[in-house]
Amino acid sequence: MILAILALPLLAGVISALAPWRRGVALLGVASLAGVLVLAALIGRASLVGAPSALGGSLGADPLSALMLLVIGAVGLLAALGGVRYLDSQLERGACTSRQASLYAALVQGFIAAMILTVLARNIAVMWVAVEATTVVTTFLVGHRRTRGALEASWKYIIICSVGIALAFLGTMLLYVAASHGHGTASLDWATLVREAPHLNHAVVRLAFSLIVLGYGTKVGLAPLHSWLPDAHSQAPAPVSALMSGVLLSVAFYALLRCRAIAVAALGTDFVRTTLLISGLVTLGVAVTMLLHQSDYKRMLAYSSMEHMGLLCLGAAAGTPLALAAVLLHVVGHGLAKSVLFLTAGEIVEADGTSQIAGVSGLLVRRPALGGLFAVGLAALVGLPPFSLFASELGVVRALSAAGLAWVSALALAALAFVVVGLSAPAARMLLGPATTAPQRAPFSFSVPMGVALGALALLGVVAWPLSSLIHAGAAVAL
Amino acid sequence: MSFSYVSLLDLAVVVVMVTAALTLWRQSLAAAVKALAVQGVGLAAVAVILGAHRHDLVLVGVGVLVLAIKAVAVPWLIGRVVAHDHAAREASPLINVPASLVGAGVLTLLAFAATRGVVALVATPAGRLIPFGVAIVLIGFFSMVVRRRAVSQIVGLLTIDNGIALTAFLGTSGVPLVVELGVTLDVLLAVVVLQVLVAHLQRHFNVHDLDQLRDLHD
Repeated sequence: MILAILALPLLAGVISALAPWRRGVALLGVASLAGVLVLAALIGRASLVGAPSALGGSLGADPLSALMLLVIGAVGLLAALGGVRYLDSQLERGACTSRQASLYAALVQGFIAAMILTVLARNIAVMWVAVEATTVVTTFLVGHRRTRGALEASWKYIIICSVGIALAFLGTMLLYVAASHGHGTASLDWATLVREAPHLNHAVVRLAFSLIVLGYGTKVGLAPLHSWLPDAHSQAPAPVSALMSGVLLSVAFYALLRCRAIAVAALGTDFVRTTLLISGLVTLGVAVTMLLHQSDYKRMLAYSSMEHMGLLCLGAAAGTPLALAAVLLHVVGHGLAKSVLFLTAGEIVEADGTSQIAGVSGLLVRRPALGGLFAVGLAALVGLPPFSLFASELGVVRALSAAGLAWVSALALAALAFVVVGLSAPAARMLLGPATTAPQRAPFSFSVPMGVALGALALLGVVAWPLSSLIHAGAAVAL
Repeated sequence: MSFSYVSLLDLAVVVVMVTAALTLWRQSLAAAVKALAVQGVGLAAVAVILGAHRHDLVLVGVGVLVLAIKAVAVPWLIGRVVAHDHAAREASPLINVPASLVGAGVLTLLAFAATRGVVALVATPAGRLIPFGVAIVLIGFFSMVVRRRAVSQIVGLLTIDNGIALTAFLGTSGVPLVVELGVTLDVLLAVVVLQVLVAHLQRHFNVHDLDQLRDLHD
């Protein structure tokens, strides 16, 4: 099962790269992601009763990994469906050759495989290798349109993320240095490191964890190394933005969570909490400030991703079981909501030819399905009930107060309120306003999957079914 | 024997360190790429010397791999980009050369201060050289901040990577082979991607200098 979920996208990727382009290649991608989602669900169930593993224990899934696999599968499936539409329209208008379409399909599968490897790797250095691989694979996806802006975004993306992630590797190596000179055996295995952590040298672990927060933080989109994020998310094709924002950020955050567990076991909570609080609050501040001044709706969504990552970081800083459960629920909720929004935004750009907020109006009248999805998606994103983000944001804020950080929860609530205001004004302009053209329907192949995703989000918010036991088990792992 | 092991190791680390400073000193991009190749040789030598001393054949093998990738393949890939660049010089770095060298000196001191704990923990002839590894990482960082040419940025990135590899060689008894292979593959692929990107920017948009890439901002 563990090997199958990794091999499936790899195999699909190789076939897409080698086979001559036809529409079936894009559909193969959809099938592969559907398979990943099913396998993720099976692994999720298995991880609650045992610890499925492969390759002599170097790959394995605990509930935390299994939950991430589910997010990868769900967002990946939405993005693969969006990818079929993206490639159709690009090919139709001659904006890309069939060779480039094959490359796109292959790279998306490689991207998914790299993320799956990240969450399955038990060795934290292999986890790092997989995170860096996502950077390499996605660079061409960000630049797939080959415009000057897209290439600038890919350049910034690979340079800033490689530098950042290099810091995380230095941090990982320093952890290894500490482990080599601790009491037990030198190992990069996560579970061993957590077990041996109390014997590790404090000064070295402190330096290592600071570097890791800065490093993985770059890929999560935490300040100060976040500047690649709005560019890459706004320039990439919509399905790629959905994947990057919906899962890649949280996969990097997952890596941070794993390292946090080691640091907490070694140093106790104080140092770890302070580091994550500073990171989270600065990120939240930057994101909200930039979000309020956006004229481009894709960049607006990108800054909203930063805001959500800042919130996750605060939840990790609180570090209680409730906080971590809320964090994991938020990862799921943000992944689904943001991918629906980026895909819908992509359709709007396609329809209206601009990503400027001022260039779009009367969406609800002109394109009721698109406008409706965009409106409901935004409502979910800002944390209105019944969607699960309401429950998870509330959970993070309550956990912060319970951890004696009431001032942080006050700041977080203020930031969330600013975001509601900051998003609703441009949304109102785009959705309402005068309609210039006659109403047009969106194809079911688009609106049905998006609707299902939003429905799942509402279901998750109301009854927490079917993920609640997995989320609590995952939070216990990340403790 | 032990004396010559220590002095050989010192020599190899000094080579890596000096070449890192050289990339800041020389404004010609071709010279920077050459310095990077020599840096790769120095890094490979560190791995081979340590491997021979510890009778660790895997580490010697890693040294050979480092030589092939970092001293030959990577400089060759970047060299192809430089060859297509008509004025391959770092004409106007944000900070002039003497000031950058002073900056590198300050960063080296900073690295020594930051890694006191690590050096005390490791307490071997190799471990005492760890500050140089961190200093090289910081110098790579610094050169990425002050240099504006695309190629200079790639050289800076690889300098950072070499500094980390040096730290890992000196501080541990060998990184697992699978990790070493994965990291090397990542670096190689990243350089290929960067090379393709730069070539595309040069050919289709006539962009050589990152200051020309200012379309995206808030």
